[in-house]
Amino acid sequence: MILGAPPLDPPAPLAVVEHVAALPPWVLLAYLASGVLFILALRGLSSPATSQRGNRFGMIGMGIAVITTLLTQAPIPPGKLLPDPSPADLKVLVQILIAIGLGAAIGIVTARRIAMTAMPQLVAAFHSLVGLAAVLVGWAAYLNPEAFGIIAANGTIDPVSRVEMGLGIAIGAITFSGSVIAFLKLNGSMSGAPIMLPGRHVINLGTLTAILGLTAWFTQDEALWVIATLTALAFLIGFLLIIPIGGADMPVVVSMLNSYSGWAAAAMGFTLHNTAMIITGALVGSSGAILSYIMCRAMNRSFISVIAGGFGAVSGGSDDGAARIDRPWKRGSAEDAAFLLGEAEQVIIVPGYGMAVAQAQHVLREMGDQLKAKGVRVKYAIHPVAGRMPGHMNVLLAEANVPYDEVFELEDINGEFAQTDVAFIIGANDVVNPAAKTDKTSPIYGMPVFDVEKAKTVMFIKRSMGGVGYAGVDNEVFYMDQTMMLLADAKKMCEEIVKALGH
Amino acid sequence: MKRAYQGAILDFISILSIFVLACFVGYYVVWSVTPALHTPLMAVTNAISSVIIVGALVAAASSGSWEATWLGLLGVVLASVNIFGGFAVTARMLAMYKKKER
Repeated sequence: MILGAPPLDPPAPLAVVEHVAALPPWVLLAYLASGVLFILALRGLSSPATSQRGNRFGMIGMGIAVITTLLTQAPIPPGKLLPDPSPADLKVLVQILIAIGLGAAIGIVTARRIAMTAMPQLVAAFHSLVGLAAVLVGWAAYLNPEAFGIIAANGTIDPVSRVEMGLGIAIGAITFSGSVIAFLKLNGSMSGAPIMLPGRHVINLGTLTAILGLTAWFTQDEALWVIATLTALAFLIGFLLIIPIGGADMPVVVSMLNSYSGWAAAAMGFTLHNTAMIITGALVGSSGAILSYIMCRAMNRSFISVIAGGFGAVSGGSDDGAARIDRPWKRGSAEDAAFLLGEAEQVIIVPGYGMAVAQAQHVLREMGDQLKAKGVRVKYAIHPVAGRMPGHMNVLLAEANVPYDEVFELEDINGEFAQTDVAFIIGANDVVNPAAKTDKTSPIYGMPVFDVEKAKTVMFIKRSMGGVGYAGVDNEVFYMDQTMMLLADAKKMCEEIVKALGH
Repeated sequence: MKRAYQGAILDFISILSIFVLACFVGYYVVWSVTPALHTPLMAVTNAISSVIIVGALVAAASSGSWEATWLGLLGVVLASVNIFGGFAVTARMLAMYKKKER
């Protein structure tokens, strides 16, 4: 042997390999099956007709993953398919079942009781739980690496697993604290206005660099302080990243956190060498990323600019405000609106977040029904970023029993406004602002918007003339000749129109 | 006696291959989701990402570190809230999407 040459790495511990090889092959196949069922669950969502079956596939996949894991936690005797549990194993099993039961009870009760308008908050809250679970699993793996099978030959945690663990904990922690802030903002427990710290970009970049540095350091030194600091910094950055982002940018944030929760699951899947977790992580990760992309595209803003935050915080409204009051506009009453709507051939309803706030979806559908009874064609037009999460308006309309084949996406219906008698805008503003097409200096320039100004009559339900949309820009549509401003609470106005239509 | 764990038969490259291919599958599958169902999509992805419960179960069933066991049990509770809540709320939403009668 050459003097000074490092000793060769000892071979991998054979005992472990033999033991694992003794795992029956059905275990790996079961995880694969569960991964495939998750793919089918998402595939089912390509149409409302197949979606419920898809959801059941998802449940079966989850059931398979959980049962398989439980069955493999007690040693499986060689040549047998199922474990031979000891009384101690059964005691552990009971504990676990109690934990599952507790979670199930909380989950099901919440899912049954939650109002559909509160769905964005609920999703944010659920994201935070996945994030926290990822942190807990990462820490458990750190504290008991043997149970996770990630001990390297020299008795320490395998360096590759350390990277996976560090990333999993970091992403999980960011998901958790970010989602908590998103939840508080969506729930109204915290102002939706962006909170801007001075020098926040420097702080954020510094913290991110520190997290990556600590992950690298962790491969060399598995000391407790490394992983503890990493966890703390990741919680902090999740918080810092979300506080400067305003309320209406929440669709992007919620999608992004959805994506993160997937990557956290995938990182833990790498640690556990578990195909179901890896497939799921990849699916969820890409799903959230695609949704974020769709939302950004629908606002014509880059992902970076959304994440950098602060949009809509600058209240350049004071000058515009003066101009706005001076300009002439027409106010209509519910009776006027009812008359015009009743005479129309086609009405397109454009709902926005204001409809959700006013809980006006049910009475809006009633209005639609009455118009249909009078022979009016009623269609609903939904902008991708209407509401506080992707598809928010669609769910609310579905809740109000609006058939989904009367609900159209932006690009499918935008050509129809020219042949439409009434464009009925309820709780939306920026998504119908023509400044996005004409005014290069406008913050919303380039955002795809509905061509409502082409309709013969535009009805705009708005609480007052004072408020502007999220982007803080004035809307030319208010002052057009064919526009009728219906100044009232959205729900109340719809109720009055329904009453007037009844006469 | 060593506890069993999942699939160390798979080496890093195999796992990475599965991951990369699954990302592509995810990309195409998610683009085919109709925008009307984007909220249920988020709810169901939320539910399935709680497959992280697998890790929590391994920790909860482990012996040797009581801290890891308890972290695992807590993880099982959190992930279960998500699994049951996520699938239940998705089912509730999807049941509302109806076609035009007649």
